[in-house]
Amino acid sequence: MKIHEYQAKEILKEYGVAVPDGIAATTVEGAVDAAKKMKENGASLFVVKAQIHAGGRGKGRTKKNDAKGVILCKTIDEVKEAAESLLGDVLVTIQTGEEGQLVQTIYVTDGVDIKKEFYVGVLLDRAVSKNVIMASTEGGVEIEKVAEETPEKIIKEWIEPGMGLQVNQARRIAFSLGLEGKALKSCIKFIMALYKAYEETDSDMFEINPLIVTPDDEIFALDAKVTFDGNALYRHPELAELKDEAEEDPAELEASKYDLNYIKLDGNVGCMVNGAGLAMATMDIIKLSGGEPANFLDVGGGANVETVKNGFRIILEDKNVKAILINIFGGIVRCDRVANGVIEAVKDPEIAEKVKNVPIIVRLQGTNAEEAKEIIDNSGMNVISAVLLKEAAEAVSKVMA
Amino acid sequence: MSVLVGNDTRLIVQGFTGSEGSFHAGQMIEYGTNVVGGVTPGKGGQTHLDRPVFNTVAEAVEEVQANTSIIFVPPAFAGDAITEAAFAGIKVIICITEGIPVKDMIVAKQVVKNHGAVLVGPNCPGLITPGEAKVGIMPGSIFSKGTVGLISRSGTLTYEAVDQLTKEGLGQSTAIGIGGDPVIGTTHLDAVKMLQEDPDTDAIVLIGEIGGSAEEEAAEYIAKHVDKPVVAFIAGSTAPPGRRMGHAGAIISGGKGTAQEKKKALAAAGITVVDSPAEIGITLKKMLETA
Repeated sequence: MKIHEYQAKEILKEYGVAVPDGIAATTVEGAVDAAKKMKENGASLFVVKAQIHAGGRGKGRTKKNDAKGVILCKTIDEVKEAAESLLGDVLVTIQTGEEGQLVQTIYVTDGVDIKKEFYVGVLLDRAVSKNVIMASTEGGVEIEKVAEETPEKIIKEWIEPGMGLQVNQARRIAFSLGLEGKALKSCIKFIMALYKAYEETDSDMFEINPLIVTPDDEIFALDAKVTFDGNALYRHPELAELKDEAEEDPAELEASKYDLNYIKLDGNVGCMVNGAGLAMATMDIIKLSGGEPANFLDVGGGANVETVKNGFRIILEDKNVKAILINIFGGIVRCDRVANGVIEAVKDPEIAEKVKNVPIIVRLQGTNAEEAKEIIDNSGMNVISAVLLKEAAEAVSKVMA
Repeated sequence: MSVLVGNDTRLIVQGFTGSEGSFHAGQMIEYGTNVVGGVTPGKGGQTHLDRPVFNTVAEAVEEVQANTSIIFVPPAFAGDAITEAAFAGIKVIICITEGIPVKDMIVAKQVVKNHGAVLVGPNCPGLITPGEAKVGIMPGSIFSKGTVGLISRSGTLTYEAVDQLTKEGLGQSTAIGIGGDPVIGTTHLDAVKMLQEDPDTDAIVLIGEIGGSAEEEAAEYIAKHVDKPVVAFIAGSTAPPGRRMGHAGAIISGGKGTAQEKKKALAAAGITVVDSPAEIGITLKKMLETA
């Protein structure tokens, strides 16, 4: 689960990770008040940052006002202008795609002077099933780019399972970054606190890019990207509340309410499948058959009338969908029962109306597959049946031709 | 015995009396798997499905000499269940549970390793040696006894591949569903090693998907050490980057873990990679005929 920068920084602060002062605002007045308050506390420079769940904000531009996603301001008037140009506009960055993301919250932070910029990240290293801390002297640059071009500039420390980060590891990272004196000490403390926060919040990924050293050798997280392990949110109800539903695709949000795993894509052939692996394979076969997958949809093990109905509703919200392929491998769930469920769902007046001009291909394989095909064929409905995956692919080619 | 499970398996079910555990224990017994009992803390001493229920795995090991365990307990308790099995001396642990926090799995995996046991899963369909033992949730009827070993991260896609193999007259030695999570016990590489060393396996089907680099690691090993024919399919060529495709581990992040990259690595290792999931069975059949 992704959260906003300002939320991430509040969590970091609780764990003693140094972050510049900042106040989030959803209105222009709120932003001005925030800047005034920070000025009273000694701030002389402000940074106004759009809060969206996507990176590349500094280089991004808003659609209407052509404003940058991160704006440096010298006065409170400039903060006001920045807030006006960002709030309610749509920010497009390399990560949002063309449609961009609506800016509903901004974060006014203290503009600190920068002597050096570094990168520090914590994440799972899947290859060894351990968490790893990665640091680099190349701050402010995408870590993937550094890994590609100058892998020797990345320092890694793996955390022993069940043991937590050891101080010697944090020390090695801080020395490797070339720090000394006060900055070295602050950096060790910073890394220890950062890992503790990562571990205790059951996070998936922490990315501090950049981590900065100020001219007086103070260390701060200038940006923070945090994602939580969705499977562990039951242990952290307070973190689960940080979810910003405005950042989610409405259809995906709707699907999650029905316990359906749906991801919207740009294609023209919708699909409904049981199991994630088979769902991906079905998307691939749609492409090989001359279509483009319009979605990923895993209906899970059930595949009963209700799930199929809900699946249809969600897929059909997408006006680009020209055909739908249902691919169910019935093992313990018998295919004849799934077939009856599909027929019943298609007969539902609301769905029947919407699928008038959308051919439906139903491929049922597994226990009682032949009986299922007969049920579909004899239903009198406008549904094409298939048993083999190859036949389903051919049927997609035919309707897309 | 082929790989990990077979006629020597003495299986217990952790989460035996729960609805999932009960249902699948019944299915496994029906298939002919030697289910010797189950564990549900607090229900020790009862009998369920004509088998004894124990409070702890240790008791089950002592009383009925269990050597294999399959876990159906809810995600919040599954990491603990895995370590309990390892502590009790179970050598083959299969975890079906989906949705276990990564933090729990990092520790559980290490404990299993420290105790010299093998973990399959979590978030997997389990494994089956057709005709001997089904230790999982797969439909037994689609499998047939034979010499093709199969490895896959997913459930229904495994069934799809197995169904194609069976229809082509290619039976299976052992089919291993290794699971779709980012932290899993047995990896593609581990499974490939076992199947290469297994005298009952003559050919290997490897099914992968986007995310991580496990397929690439397996490919590297296959290039050097595997002399059995291998057919591979990678799901997710059309998956967008940065999105989790159902499985917690199925995500292209930072441009890494794409299907294209994996296919390239597998092909470079001399493996026959099929683009269409509908052609897994027929491709292997043709390879074996011309071999």
